[in-house]
Amino acid sequence: MNESATAEPVVLEDRLPPGCHHALVVRRGYTLRLTDLQGGANVGLLAFNFDDRTDRYNMADTLKAQHTAMLKAGNILMSDMGRALLSITRDDCGWHDAICGTTDAAMVAAQYGERDFQDARNDYYRNGRDGFLIELGRWGLSRRDLVPNVNFFSKVVTGGDGALTFIEAHSAAGDCVDLRAELNCLVVFNSAPHPLSPATTYPTGEVAFSVRWTGPGGPDDACRTSCPENGRAFENSEAWFAQPEGGPVR
Amino acid sequence: MNIVRSSTIRAGAPFLARIEKGQRCRIVDTEGNEAVDAFFFNADDPLERYSAVDTIRAQRNVYLTKGSVLLSTENRPMLTIVEDTVGRHDTLGGACASESNTVRYAHDRKFMHNCRDNFLHALLAWSDGLTKRDIGANVNFFMNVPVTQAGGLSFEDGISGPGEYVELRAEMNVLVLISNCPQLNNPCSGFDPTPVEFVVMEED
Repeated sequence: MNESATAEPVVLEDRLPPGCHHALVVRRGYTLRLTDLQGGANVGLLAFNFDDRTDRYNMADTLKAQHTAMLKAGNILMSDMGRALLSITRDDCGWHDAICGTTDAAMVAAQYGERDFQDARNDYYRNGRDGFLIELGRWGLSRRDLVPNVNFFSKVVTGGDGALTFIEAHSAAGDCVDLRAELNCLVVFNSAPHPLSPATTYPTGEVAFSVRWTGPGGPDDACRTSCPENGRAFENSEAWFAQPEGGPVR
Repeated sequence: MNIVRSSTIRAGAPFLARIEKGQRCRIVDTEGNEAVDAFFFNADDPLERYSAVDTIRAQRNVYLTKGSVLLSTENRPMLTIVEDTVGRHDTLGGACASESNTVRYAHDRKFMHNCRDNFLHALLAWSDGLTKRDIGANVNFFMNVPVTQAGGLSFEDGISGPGEYVELRAEMNVLVLISNCPQLNNPCSGFDPTPVEFVVMEED
């Protein structure tokens, strides 16, 4: 169960340097933990059903089904095929942005200045879009698959007139978010800065990531029961495994 | 402005049209309170498509209205909203689909007509090369999806009346993909979908 997650053996543990990108497969029942080591991190993240990568995280379906414009503990990331991909089983921040997208090279240059590899070697300024594209390409995907991402650890508030306000220093050093895979998930992520961050210096903090076995969400799981919509998304995920090799059932 | 052509999009119908840079399209909510799901492609490179999050991020506002510039996945202007009698349009609520209907309402809603089916129908009729992978988060014209300061989001009854319209100027050659939303499970079309008019115009 979730409560004992920290006691379960860690099968993978690593650190993502600032601005860098990565992708890994998190199998059903395993939990990916992201830890903001320095505070103020941003982790842009996309998720795909590894067994059918056209089945992918869908911002709109996720938000409208859960009547929310942001993500927090108890929420799930839903795929465009109505399946639960990842459940947010632990969340120390209480708010993760889902509606602002990512940075591109021009935005990073305008905000932080130009710093390329020739000048800075591996401390060059990377951006979210390029990080996503590189990882998508590594796994056989393309810019067709670059859809609206989640920005973990970042908070952007919407005012009554619809105007957006970025909340600075939202995430504290050591804050974690746990993402439990309900399907076999390809998780693509990067630690490029949030596109609305007003910071003038490029991030310096690392993000730790680890994978441990926790088992998938059971019948009383908090993410499954947080609303009837989530329960049906869990059922749709379970239906994927109704055939031994997985496959579209429902 | 000269009217180049005008089409009626029946309730629940798919529609696809190419409009050239500089042309305008006016979408008229003929009977009021209709939701028009719309998505846009660069007509000359359909891998470049509308980006809801880049549009929101660049204008720092979640709602679309007059003056909003619809950006592409390459952060280039695709269309500008030049007229808007309603005042607010949604781009967070996405399009209804068979699969999301099972999640939002009940498993037995999966065979009801939906916007994704319309999008796929129109898109595949136009080109064999495009699939669901090419459909991103869309615009919902005339749809009322308020976002609260606490982060809540809900689908509310429409705020658009009969004859209200939104007019967009194309900033590149664009392919306009429309589903005149057939959703009967929520109030986005007042539980009674109605036809809309799609008018293409250009300067004299």
